[in-house]
Amino acid sequence: MTVTATHPLLFSGTDWDFNTIRRIYDAVEKVSGAVLGLDTYPNQIEVITAEQMLDAYASTGMPLLYKHWSFGKQFAHHEMIYRKGMGGLAYELVINSNPCINYIMEENTATMQTLVIAHAAFGHNHFFKNNYLFRQWTDAEGILDYLAFAKGYIAACEERHGLAAVERILDIAHSLMNQAVHRYPRRSRLDLKAEKKREAERHAHQEQVYNDLWRTVPGTPKTFRTEAAADRRRALLKLPEENILYFLEKTAPLLQPWQREVLRIVRQIAQYFYPQSQTKVMNEGCATYSHYRIMTRLHEQGSISDGAFLEFLQSHANVVMQPTFDSPRYSGLNPYAIGFAMMQDIARICETPDDEDREWFPDIAGQGDVSGVLKHVWANYRDESFLAQFLSPRLIREWRLFHIEDDAGQPALTVGAIHDERGYRRIRQALARQYDIAWQQADIQVVDVDLDGDRQLTLQHDTVNHTLLHDKDAELVLQNLAELWGYRVVLREVDPATGKLLKEHVAKAPQKPGLL
Amino acid sequence: MHIIDRRLNPGGRSFTNRQRFLRRAKNLVQRAVREDFKNRSIKDLDQGGEVSIVREGVHEPVLRRAGGSGKRDVVLPGNRDYVEGDRIRRPQGGAGAGAGSEAGQGSGEDAFRFLLTREEYLDLFLDDLELPNLAKRKLATTEAKELRRAGYSTTGSPSSLSVSRTMRHSLSRRIALRRPGRAAIREIEEEIAKLEASGGDPARLAALRVEHERLVQRSRRIAYIDPIDLRYRRYEQTPRPVAQAVMFCLMDVSGSMSEHMKDLAKRFYALLHIFLRRSYRNVDVVFIRHTDHAEEVDEETFFHSPETGGTIVSTALEEMLSVVRARYNPDDWNIYVAQASDGDNIGTDNARVAALVNESILPICQYFAYLEVGRGDTHLPAGVMTRTTDLWRTYEGQVAPGGHFVMRKVWHRREIYPVFRELFRRAGVDGGGKS
Repeated sequence: MTVTATHPLLFSGTDWDFNTIRRIYDAVEKVSGAVLGLDTYPNQIEVITAEQMLDAYASTGMPLLYKHWSFGKQFAHHEMIYRKGMGGLAYELVINSNPCINYIMEENTATMQTLVIAHAAFGHNHFFKNNYLFRQWTDAEGILDYLAFAKGYIAACEERHGLAAVERILDIAHSLMNQAVHRYPRRSRLDLKAEKKREAERHAHQEQVYNDLWRTVPGTPKTFRTEAAADRRRALLKLPEENILYFLEKTAPLLQPWQREVLRIVRQIAQYFYPQSQTKVMNEGCATYSHYRIMTRLHEQGSISDGAFLEFLQSHANVVMQPTFDSPRYSGLNPYAIGFAMMQDIARICETPDDEDREWFPDIAGQGDVSGVLKHVWANYRDESFLAQFLSPRLIREWRLFHIEDDAGQPALTVGAIHDERGYRRIRQALARQYDIAWQQADIQVVDVDLDGDRQLTLQHDTVNHTLLHDKDAELVLQNLAELWGYRVVLREVDPATGKLLKEHVAKAPQKPGLL
Repeated sequence: MHIIDRRLNPGGRSFTNRQRFLRRAKNLVQRAVREDFKNRSIKDLDQGGEVSIVREGVHEPVLRRAGGSGKRDVVLPGNRDYVEGDRIRRPQGGAGAGAGSEAGQGSGEDAFRFLLTREEYLDLFLDDLELPNLAKRKLATTEAKELRRAGYSTTGSPSSLSVSRTMRHSLSRRIALRRPGRAAIREIEEEIAKLEASGGDPARLAALRVEHERLVQRSRRIAYIDPIDLRYRRYEQTPRPVAQAVMFCLMDVSGSMSEHMKDLAKRFYALLHIFLRRSYRNVDVVFIRHTDHAEEVDEETFFHSPETGGTIVSTALEEMLSVVRARYNPDDWNIYVAQASDGDNIGTDNARVAALVNESILPICQYFAYLEVGRGDTHLPAGVMTRTTDLWRTYEGQVAPGGHFVMRKVWHRREIYPVFRELFRRAGVDGGGKS
């Protein structure tokens, strides 16, 4: 790195205007290309006020979203925290869309604006565009149009079917949002733009093939039930199915077409956010590492003053601070901190590896091309695989990570592993598990439907280490589910190893099926 | 790259959602607001503020694993002296090592706290209450008139002359009729003066003089401001609904009224005041206290200065009527009367009280509420008859129990609000409670 203080200062002092922002953006763009070769969607930078940031918080960061009371609750909560001075607001908010929308706060100083542009408009943006999960599961081109469609569709439903009915089905759908994503099958890329058209087509098709005559055909006599028939029935319904909302949308017998569409909307939005929850560490690590490199280079080439750089360093240090477990400030691992530390560590391994690194990371140790390696990592991993692959023994030592086994059956906690030769791999595995959404979230699937008999819907929770579901919540959600399904719903919690039934929840059929 | 300034976008994007949230949690929030009200001083009764409701009520259930069952693995930073195989006592109360990353997820607080604006607070607080007999008085009071602007007219008094309108008409008329401007005339005059001084081109000078004469004549003929230019602001009389109310607080301050009783009365007056302020732009409050004679006083004296003497209720009623005659014409003011007393009265006065209320006061006022306050500590258990007071008996027996006279008994602070609600309950919200 050569120090060439040849560039003019981008700004002096803390004030900025739109020309400053443009100058900053252009400089950051140039540097990001030179330093890291980032590949981004075109950016759209929007300056917003604190109140608008609160609005954005309340709609899970989306620029537009359908109306629901739970967003109002979020708003009231954040507003209270902010107004009472119990917490600040984010400096920026970025949306995975094409063009990539970056909200930046008007209160930020010029230095902070440089930081957030480097962080969000380049770091996050690069990650959104290149990471395989986002490429596979989200449609950055179509999301804004889809949200507009969803908002309009739900408003239309409210007009036609009443606020209460729509609110109820949204409540139910939200309660099942965690069980509304496809996790495993590799599906073709989403095309949210076509969703609106597809909705109309489905509707038209249903009207076309509707024939009142079928209603009058007498039912076939009940067939003798066998195990083979049950298997066949499950196969026809493509059971087991982990995406409960998808299953309801396609199969629930009593739902109106508009209700199915609402379920679909909630499901699509859940799917859109699914990659984000799996890549917190990597996403923030990528953005934080990028802004650190970019800001450092800007300072080296004289684009920002020493004072501004110190301001940046202070704020950067706050962002990547990790309190230890016994500190009163500890609230879990800080994804910014661990992400940034690991990116730095990978860069170090690429450039100046020691013997341990060569043994642990033969592929990248001493390889030299830092940005090439990092870009490969950012494109092809998620938190779980990233940690499992790249958490180095040195970092485990530096952070003094240790592993606790918490068995509810035991009176005391056990230290399972510490930062020593025996512990590295165990800690790495346990930490990776901690970031594996599929492992962290309860595995609940639709396993059977008795369509010939009483139409009972059976769900199964394959427990991990005998951890059961939260009792009250499960009951409420199940009751919701029964309301949608229209008939009895049973949730069995089993030990997958032995098939032993640990607990069974039952929700009775609602009084008036289908009326919601 | 585009930079967009969103700061000027209309705010309140979350307004609808917030409304829906409040509506959803209405029962809880309302209860919280009323709970909160008890602890407020009268001065800031109508401020917004922080309320907290049970989280349970706005809970959004999801299928999630319960803590405290099964086996969990946690990785933590900052090991100091643990080695593999150490056993650590389970930390209590969720704090410390074991809770770790899960602590933030929901189980933390049982109360959901947020801020209400003043409007939201009052809406929830006074929801489903309404002013009795408002409709009737509205019809009766459309008599009051006020002047409203109603465009322009060609006639009117000089004081309502609209100068700008008049000048506009004048200007357009002058342009249309080609009235020579002062500048044009001056130009010719200057040229004439120049020619006269130099003495050259007499033909031109003559022509200019003719032209000058013509212009002067024309400007004299076409007036600068003509009567047809005049415009006057026009006013129309429009009937105006009475938007002001006066609230009479009558209170017995004789020796038998304890501080506790006064406090009860004060709370009732405060509620009534807030409530009236929501419906009327101006609410005047008149405090009249009485022993065996009555006087109008300010708030401080009303509540705090002690008095001794007998009790003659009719004096207060007479004082009130004289204030009405002096300052509050019933045609212009909606009159509300709230009387608080421990119920004592001199026996000979009762007939006079009944007559005054029936014949003079009820016909002119919107609402007359009689609140009988009792000692908090002598609240007798159910089943034991309390002594019926003189005043109570008088009102009960001799005042027509029509729509706008009501009476209630209150012993304890906590009963004030329910009684108030009962009195002003919107018709149809709940049928019961009419005595």
